Amino acid sequence: MWKYSDKVMDHYRNPRNVGKIDDADVIGEAGSLACGDSLKLYLKIKDGVVTDAKFQTFGCGSAVASSSILTEMVIGKPLEEVRKITNADIAKELDGLPPEKMHCSVMGHEALEDALKKYYDEEIEFDLSNTENKESRVVCTCFNVTEDIIKEAIEVNGLKTVEDITNYTKAGGACGRCKGDIQKLIDKYAKKDEPKLSPAQLILKINKVIENVIAPELQKDGGDIELIDINENKVYVKLQGRCSSCKNSVLTIKSFVESTLKDKVSKDIEVIQV
Amino acid sequence: MVIYLDNNATTKVDDKVFDEMIPFLREEYANPSSMYEFSVKSSNAIADAREKVKEFLGAKSEKEIIFTSCGSESANTAIKGAVAHNKSKKHIITTKVEHPCVLNTYKSLEKQGYKVDYIGVNANGELDLEELKEKITDDTALVSVMWANNETGVIFPVKEIGEIIKSRNPNTLFFVDAVQAAGKINIDVKDSNIDMLGVSGHKFHAPKGIGVLYVKSNVILPPLITGGHQERGYRAGTENVPYIVGLGKAAELAQENLGFELSEVKRLRDKLETGILKNIFNARLNSSISNRVPNTTNIGFEYIEGELILLHLSDLGICASSGSACTSGSLEPSHVLRAMGTPFTSLHGSIRFSLSRFTTEKEVDFVLDKLPKVIDSITKISPYQEELEHLKKTRS
Repeated sequence: MWKYSDKVMDHYRNPRNVGKIDDADVIGEAGSLACGDSLKLYLKIKDGVVTDAKFQTFGCGSAVASSSILTEMVIGKPLEEVRKITNADIAKELDGLPPEKMHCSVMGHEALEDALKKYYDEEIEFDLSNTENKESRVVCTCFNVTEDIIKEAIEVNGLKTVEDITNYTKAGGACGRCKGDIQKLIDKYAKKDEPKLSPAQLILKINKVIENVIAPELQKDGGDIELIDINENKVYVKLQGRCSSCKNSVLTIKSFVESTLKDKVSKDIEVIQV
Repeated sequence: MVIYLDNNATTKVDDKVFDEMIPFLREEYANPSSMYEFSVKSSNAIADAREKVKEFLGAKSEKEIIFTSCGSESANTAIKGAVAHNKSKKHIITTKVEHPCVLNTYKSLEKQGYKVDYIGVNANGELDLEELKEKITDDTALVSVMWANNETGVIFPVKEIGEIIKSRNPNTLFFVDAVQAAGKINIDVKDSNIDMLGVSGHKFHAPKGIGVLYVKSNVILPPLITGGHQERGYRAGTENVPYIVGLGKAAELAQENLGFELSEVKRLRDKLETGILKNIFNARLNSSISNRVPNTTNIGFEYIEGELILLHLSDLGICASSGSACTSGSLEPSHVLRAMGTPFTSLHGSIRFSLSRFTTEKEVDFVLDKLPKVIDSITKISPYQEELEHLKKTRS
């Protein structure tokens, strides 16, 4: 059984704002019957503020909970704020969703996005040929997931693996043929773990950590440390004071100096005593 | 309160089974292979259990009964053993609706270069026997077909299939996964052409962790688990005496209760099914009415989703299961219902209720009272109100 938060359970047991608004200003739609979940979001908008919201959802407990809480999140809010709502916000408002169920919050966000797009399309005359060019490429044909949806899921939620993408967007969850494509999109859009430091930046950073973190600790025991040279990832140091005559100096170098630099600067650093 | 209508997933251990197991978990702990008086009770208990299982399956000799740890192990031993013993043959036939423990074993054999044909089913879940017949060639090492389907309860005509196989190629081995049939309908391998057959104890009121593989006396299978000489070399590992004893007792009780299954359990299943189909306008049966094990019904609720139904039922203490994608985490709905061509409108909202001899009339009445309200409340949230309205008119 899924581990749902109390809030998720409350919302699927007692969904808020169920139904349709007959004179809705805009209806946002996401999902399909074939995919196993779909959502219709009805919005009433006056003077740039969402005055009422209702939903109809075909889907599991977390899909209903995501839709229900979304209506609560938008009612009474100006459109500038509503536009900023992400799927991560929906999941957060529900006190989290199981990883495999994150796609439910994504569906809620998709319906909201669809509603806003339709609303603005009516307000501002769009150049049709221009919007056609903007149509995003379909990556997963089983669940009809586009590159834009995957890109947004990666950027908003900090996703890093194909499995994450499947949990959040369903892409790759059926035949799996698009998994290679998804990996390429991760490589393209996911934030890289650590930006590579330039040689000068590296030297400055190492020097700073030794001066501010490592040396003060050694000084407490009557010792000290001097930075002699840096050659790529090799850091040459000299222990001073009581440290220089200490039998455990090798231990100090490896387990304290090197591990601190690995932790704070780069995991590739090697410290050599001279 | 728990109303347990998920007996195809697992069953409650019968108190009589439990009682028989206890001495072998306490004082009678001897290794049955040992050479002293103390081990005699253990080895006799295994012999008794083997005799009971032999009767239960209609085997000719107790030497044809091998105890395993579960249904999956039985299937793996049979399938991998059969192909290993027929190294020159590279063709296998099975069905699209087998249990994952069988299907995934074939998927791994495909990677090793075997060609596997998957026979389809019709909308009622029944096998295309003509297709099966045509596929059998001289190169066919193995045909494997389940006796009853776990999701729909549909029974496959394994005796007829056995005859078809042997008339086309007498050297092709025939494995039957009988996990969902054992304890629900009569299993009789005698004069059947079935070479190997697997069952699992916990599906008929024995505990989890014990299974059986029947291997016809003239069939040679290399063991899956190698080691000691236990189970006449077919399956190494010290015998799980208390669980084997439990399984033996469960088999005996299942045999005694077969009549009850076909009369009383079936009556309650039919009452539940008819009541649901009568009182809920967007309910449809996902299989044929006949030709099913007596305890199972699979009903699709149109335009609503199965996990949500299960969550609401769970709030009422009712346990059932769903072919919905959302319950498995796989994102894909049931492969069985898809193979049957079940429409998308009811595929995701399919619920399986499976009864046992411990299911009471009161429990069935409770579900019949509560379920329409649950379905109605979920149906009201559905975005497909126009379609539902149309359905209501055509069905009433």
